[in-house]
Amino acid sequence: MGAAVATHWTVHSRRFEASAATREPAWVRGILIAIALAFFALFLLLPLVTVFAEALRKGWGVYFAALVDPDARSAIFLTLLVAAIAVPLNLVFGVSAAWAIAKFNFRGKQLLTTLIDLPFSVSPVVAGLIFVLLFGAQGWFGPWLIEHDVKIIFAVPGLVLATVFVTFPFVARELIPLMEAQGQEEEEAAIVLGASGWQTFWRVTLPNIKWGLLYGVILCNARAMGEFGAVSVVSGHIRGRTNTMPLYVEILYNEYNFAAAFAVASLLALLALLTLVVKSLVGMAGPAADECRSGTLKGIP
Amino acid sequence: MSIHVENIAKRFGRFVALDHVTLDFPTGELVGLLGPSGCGKTTLLRIIAGLESADGGQVLLDGENASDAHVRERQVGFVFQHYALFRHMTVFDNVAFGLRVKPRGQRPAADRIRQRVAELLDLVQLSALANRYPTQLSGGQRQRIALARALAVEPRVLLLDEPFGALDAKVRKELRRWLRTLHDALHITSIFVTHDQEEALEVSDRVVVMNHGHVEQVDAPEQVYEHPATPFVYDFLGAVNLFHGRVHGHHLHVGADHLPVGQHSFATGAEALGCVRPHELEIATDPSEPAGIEARVERVLSFGSTSRVELTGADRDVRRYYEVELSRERIAGLQLAAGQVVRLKPVRVRLFASSQAVEASV
Amino acid sequence: MSAGAARVLPGFPLALGYTLVYLSLIVLVPLSAVFLKSATQGWESFWVAISTPRVVASYQLTYGVSLLAAAINAVFGLIFAWVLVRYTFPGKRIVDALVDLPFALPTAVAGIALTAIYAGNGWLGQWLQPLGIKVAFTPLGILVALIFIGLPFVVRTVQPVLEDLSTELEEAAASLGADRWQTFHRVVLPPVLPALLTGFALAFARAVGEYGSVIFIAGNVPMVSEITPLLIITKLEQFDYPGATAIAAVMLVTSFILLFMINGLQAWANRSHGGG
Repeated sequence: MGAAVATHWTVHSRRFEASAATREPAWVRGILIAIALAFFALFLLLPLVTVFAEALRKGWGVYFAALVDPDARSAIFLTLLVAAIAVPLNLVFGVSAAWAIAKFNFRGKQLLTTLIDLPFSVSPVVAGLIFVLLFGAQGWFGPWLIEHDVKIIFAVPGLVLATVFVTFPFVARELIPLMEAQGQEEEEAAIVLGASGWQTFWRVTLPNIKWGLLYGVILCNARAMGEFGAVSVVSGHIRGRTNTMPLYVEILYNEYNFAAAFAVASLLALLALLTLVVKSLVGMAGPAADECRSGTLKGIP
Repeated sequence: MSIHVENIAKRFGRFVALDHVTLDFPTGELVGLLGPSGCGKTTLLRIIAGLESADGGQVLLDGENASDAHVRERQVGFVFQHYALFRHMTVFDNVAFGLRVKPRGQRPAADRIRQRVAELLDLVQLSALANRYPTQLSGGQRQRIALARALAVEPRVLLLDEPFGALDAKVRKELRRWLRTLHDALHITSIFVTHDQEEALEVSDRVVVMNHGHVEQVDAPEQVYEHPATPFVYDFLGAVNLFHGRVHGHHLHVGADHLPVGQHSFATGAEALGCVRPHELEIATDPSEPAGIEARVERVLSFGSTSRVELTGADRDVRRYYEVELSRERIAGLQLAAGQVVRLKPVRVRLFASSQAVEASV
Repeated sequence: MSAGAARVLPGFPLALGYTLVYLSLIVLVPLSAVFLKSATQGWESFWVAISTPRVVASYQLTYGVSLLAAAINAVFGLIFAWVLVRYTFPGKRIVDALVDLPFALPTAVAGIALTAIYAGNGWLGQWLQPLGIKVAFTPLGILVALIFIGLPFVVRTVQPVLEDLSTELEEAAASLGADRWQTFHRVVLPPVLPALLTGFALAFARAVGEYGSVIFIAGNVPMVSEITPLLIITKLEQFDYPGATAIAAVMLVTSFILLFMINGLQAWANRSHGGG
């Protein structure tokens, strides 16, 4: 969705500020900037600052104690584990979907693209529910699973499935427009020069999409580690066993253990900040650059 | 290597790109495929390369049917319209690519590859840029690198898709001459696609003129220009004045006027289309002159070695435009004034049946 | 072209086959479970499940507040994008980067942070409470949370379109005698409108399904501040699977409608934006 849009802060504003015809009076500019900054401070900056302030309210001792708690550590481990499974799965899917959609024409392509976006518009709670309906005790495969002593719901596989679902489109969404913009001339050139399919993919396609790929993976990972609604439905909230970090934050919060809740939350907030930093760096050198380069090569201004 | 395409047909949905085309490209020649956009020339080139598959017909390379051979096996060099240089590789790596992806058994040693790439960069006179990336090159330089890359794998034929299409006028001209010189040195069978008639006439040994998916004419450049086979070719290769009329003896009757047309094979009363190049028309200022088409002078443009006179038909009901090219001395002698009524007399007329005329007007 | 390219570039059957299988296993089959399960429970019980007063109240709350939040985001998001594209000011790069914070920050973290800010003893809550404004644990709190999570959708959809606008259009308008406001709403706004509507729809779609950031601040009082996704969870916890599934089916249908509307809007935006 909007997240897929690369941000560039280059010289756009200078272009508009240069001419009287594209510039507002100073007082209008001032008011608009003030409104935007006030909105920014109220809705974006304040919540972020609050997380760290609340986490450290009772001092560093309490903060670190909350993080080294065995339940906290198992939640951190589980979060990393789930992301480590879900992200590569969606990475492979994203590349193969983008290859099929961007490099070939076929009937139903538009529908397929829409269906890939589907998980974005499904409520996370519904995303969790569907796996309960399939694999829960009363679900389609429930009796069979119980009989064979396989646990999916209220266990790690369920968390992975729900996470894969909600992060499903991230990589594909990033790659499809990028690969479409790049066309297929370079791949054709490689094949004419005698390269095999794999050689073409590894030596020509992959280097061209590496930034876009990284971009998609970062976003996918942030969502995978931070997902709450979907995993909340399938987790069963078993302490030390099926609690990911966001779920653990909820439990601590509901137990009025605010300092600990915000301590764990601060780790997730740091992850979010890291994601934004990497995303900005990649955005500057990455997808935008990929596209610009393809643009100049094709003579498009 | 010779190329022969036999009865090639290709459609995209309901659009007929190639309508059973048969062509011969003899060994060592540089052939220009010329035509307006959408005429099927690029599709034909891609089918010869194996980048596109034909709906019917065969491609024979050196007499062997290559229709089912994969593009990898055809040993063709293809230069893409937008060069398709690998943007993440240096110039050197781009040129070396074809050699490095060869199967282990056939792959030259690294030293040999380096030497070969150096030779090729020398050939295209860009040795100094080996470590640059494609984005750091000018359009003309990219074009030459694309050519060097295609030549690296020692292709049996070289196919170029609008090789100068994306370049500005001055660089085009330079590269045109360069490509011709290069071909004279290498003698590799080459086909290039272009929509620019000047380019086709200047560079090729032979020109294939295409329109609406079929071949209009195949000839040497002078022949194509001097003796166009169809009204379309006439029109596409330079300016032409058209005269619709009926044949009577050695004259073509156009409205109330008539033109002398010399020998022809048309029956009396047949509808015909007369084609006359601007430099093949004379202007007679004497009002008593009986032959020729009446026309009114609109303006006279004098620059360069020749002058151009723009005229409209004297009959104001049917707006017709004519163009005459004369030497500057001749124009000075005629002393034409805007609005003056004159007669146009052709030195040479080429007659076509009116059924072909429909296409010419498209 | 690609009919031939399908032969030249390899891997099409493998890539498409894998895509379809994976899509079916992860997305299509599980989602169809909702509808099949709903179908098996009979129309009457289905209707009862989705139309009890408590459920209807949750629809009104969820869709109403989501609409309001998306509308507020459309207005402020446009101003935000405008300021980011057109003006220079200190800290602009950081502001621009942090616009994506709601995408990156886990919703539960956002939820507890917003609650801490707006609770009666919170940073802002303690000042608002004496004025008689209660934010946390009321529908107003839900609005705040939904504005938070929806903002980047509008900004990031509108921003690239604003960036691509040619200055010449505005210069032409100015040379023809238009003042700044006339230029804005007659020349600048029309090409931006499809993107703005797309951003609005995206923010709305996200808000409707939102759970994590809302439940902490909502108070979750039935009939007053209980959102539909929470109701699904409540039903699940009571082991009322048919009830949960029925409500999920209603939410899914609205999601699909929204998805196709957004697709249509984006197609329109791309067309009027000259294909980007």
